[in-house]
Amino acid sequence: MDFDPVLLARVQFGFTIAFHIIFPSFTIGLAAYIATLLTMWIRTGRERYQLLARFWTKIFAVSFGMGVVSGIVLSYQFGTNWSRFSVVTGNVIGPLIGYEVLTAFFLEATFLGVLLFGWNRVPPWLLTLAAAIVAFGTAISAFWILSANSWMQTPTGHEMRDGIAYPLDWVAIVFNPSFPYRLAHMLTAAYLTTAFVVLAVGARYLVAGRHEADGRTMVRMAIGMIAVLAPLQLFFGDQHGLNTLKHQPIKVAAMEAHWDGTKPGDFHIFAWPDEKNETNRFAISIPRGASLVLTHDLNGLFPGLKSVPASERPPVAPVFFAFRIMVGIGFLMIAIGLFGAFLWWRGQLVTTRWYLRIVQHGWWLGFVAVLSGWITTEVGRQPWIVYGILRTKDAISPVSAASVLTTLILFVIVYSIVFTMGIYYINRLIVRGPQGRAIEPPSHDTPSRPLAAAHDAAREAMQPGG
Amino acid sequence: MEWYLPVIWAALIGTAVALYVILDGFDLGIGILFPSAKNDKEQDQMISSIAPFWDGNETWLVLGGGGLWVAFPRAYAVIMPALYLPVIVMLLALVFRGVAFEFRTVANTSKKYWTFAFAGGSTLAAFCQGLILGGLIQGIKVENGEFAGGTFDFATPFALLCGLGVVAGYALLGACWLVMKTEGEVARRARRHAKLLLLAVLVFMAIVSLWTPLQFPRIRERWFSLPNILFLWPVPIVTALVAFMAWRWLERGRDFGPFFATIVLFLLGYTGLAISVYPYLVPPTLTIWDTAAAPASQIFMLLGTLPLLPIILGYTAFIYWLFRGKVREGESYH
Repeated sequence: MDFDPVLLARVQFGFTIAFHIIFPSFTIGLAAYIATLLTMWIRTGRERYQLLARFWTKIFAVSFGMGVVSGIVLSYQFGTNWSRFSVVTGNVIGPLIGYEVLTAFFLEATFLGVLLFGWNRVPPWLLTLAAAIVAFGTAISAFWILSANSWMQTPTGHEMRDGIAYPLDWVAIVFNPSFPYRLAHMLTAAYLTTAFVVLAVGARYLVAGRHEADGRTMVRMAIGMIAVLAPLQLFFGDQHGLNTLKHQPIKVAAMEAHWDGTKPGDFHIFAWPDEKNETNRFAISIPRGASLVLTHDLNGLFPGLKSVPASERPPVAPVFFAFRIMVGIGFLMIAIGLFGAFLWWRGQLVTTRWYLRIVQHGWWLGFVAVLSGWITTEVGRQPWIVYGILRTKDAISPVSAASVLTTLILFVIVYSIVFTMGIYYINRLIVRGPQGRAIEPPSHDTPSRPLAAAHDAAREAMQPGG
Repeated sequence: MEWYLPVIWAALIGTAVALYVILDGFDLGIGILFPSAKNDKEQDQMISSIAPFWDGNETWLVLGGGGLWVAFPRAYAVIMPALYLPVIVMLLALVFRGVAFEFRTVANTSKKYWTFAFAGGSTLAAFCQGLILGGLIQGIKVENGEFAGGTFDFATPFALLCGLGVVAGYALLGACWLVMKTEGEVARRARRHAKLLLLAVLVFMAIVSLWTPLQFPRIRERWFSLPNILFLWPVPIVTALVAFMAWRWLERGRDFGPFFATIVLFLLGYTGLAISVYPYLVPPTLTIWDTAAAPASQIFMLLGTLPLLPIILGYTAFIYWLFRGKVREGESYH
């Protein structure tokens, strides 16, 4: 059998990076949530916040572990699968990844130890500081990774010599044109993702009549977050889209399945993009909707897919559908957030059972939206790996298709096992719920052995039903 | 500048890899020694002694790989495809053993599988790292600056030997860590194992030291030509002395000495290999100057690395200090 090595390399990298991004999307927000809970515990002295922080820290530990190990894989895959990309862009992107490791990866990984195992060893302020450092580290990590990714979308600040990119202006490279939009969009997405998980878990407890006080706190904090961030995300998304139109118009044309640039664009609620005949089938559209959104003018024009040859276009269907899924979830999030805020204002947020019954199933919304957004932007960049500089087909390693296929199968097997068990264990932690007694701050004669005092309290906390 | 920058970066990446080998070495070693534990409680005690540290330790691997890309993109782009299978299998093994830390504490009936994943993953990762080391030392086929060899070029008897050597070496580091950081039966058994492992590691070091100059003329040239031999002859002598000290400290019941002596032993072996290979990053064709990134990129990264590296080392030391002391029998965080 003959396999296309480019396609195999893309499938493998797409699979490993999609798996990886699930965890940062969740842990970026969760670290901030834990730091917030601990700060509130210090400020108010209320035990509930500490118990909630401990509960979410256990879930954080499982998710962060999966995020770390899948992230290490990526830092080597640039070389194993995309060695020509590594050479062409190494001078520019390499340092961005290097700074991510030095300013963020070490910070998170090292202070995670304090957050996970320091509960009875360190004073509350240090525990809170460790949580804040981990949260800060995850956000800094996103900063560098998104800067590198954005440079691949909108490369600036470099010059090409003999097919290799050389840096000219680091500020222009790091703060390339799409970076601020992508950073705001992605960080907001991460915080929303976490908020929907917290909302679902809180609602689940309230519906089941367990841990009700904890459930109320979670639902309120989550709705407070969602009611503000979900509408804000619409604004960020819109701005990001306008920025993409400016720098990568063909990506936008694919997102809207807009073929003919000489006419205003419709917004297709549904359509089946037919790439062969360069048209859409079964379209249900709002006439001139896309023109209104993108140019703020019903008669506005923007480039269509037909303005470039077929070889310069990304695959239309995945970009088109992924974009629709993302936007659809975005509006659903706004509806849930605003309606929740309305219920809260009426004093009925934690008692409206039909609402809680619905949102308890909404934990996946953020994850699917993030993955759809990534498919939109990454597939939309094709056929380029670095827009306008290097084509994806010219970027792969001189590795046999058989090797790539073999390791792809291994990745699928290993990640499937790890992911399934990870979800299963997280669900078990959620079923168990926040429990145990609050921990007293350590006294002066805290034993200097690791885990010594934490032992009893932690053991008691981890017993099923204890 | 054009000459010094790659040398500085080679030294920095060499340091990062050395730190990785020592730090993740001892916690991978715990995984390799896992099957020697008599029961669940002993395993929990062993894993508790490394739980707060392993994540930070493994980050040096990211710095090693990422740093190689930053400073020497052309070497990174040759080495990774050439050692494709051992690199990816190592990463997958690290995935299994990494998630096992948390999964073991949450699992009930499936705990035994994650115990196996932790032990198996640690051992396989160590073995693959040995294959990578061997594959690099024996040389990579390069044409026009690109890897031009076959999928299994790395799989030679020499690389397999290096694989076994690294497994033994990490197990030795792990055993000495347990001597230092645990009490009771686990520590007593680790002391016995450490002695056997020390002998095994010395045998591996001796074989590699004889094999490489015999098979590779460039390495023979490096060590045995004049005037090099005049400067280099103390390396094996010092190695033998350090190994002797490690043995004595193990015999005399010292807790800290064996671990630090083992670290010095590792550093000496590492220095020996560096002497054999320098100035090649991809023996026998590409030197550190052939593969270096643009000076502007190396300088930009250096400006950040020089202040950040001491900070990282500082807070890493703080965490080790925070979780100082021994883990008792039956003690674990869950």
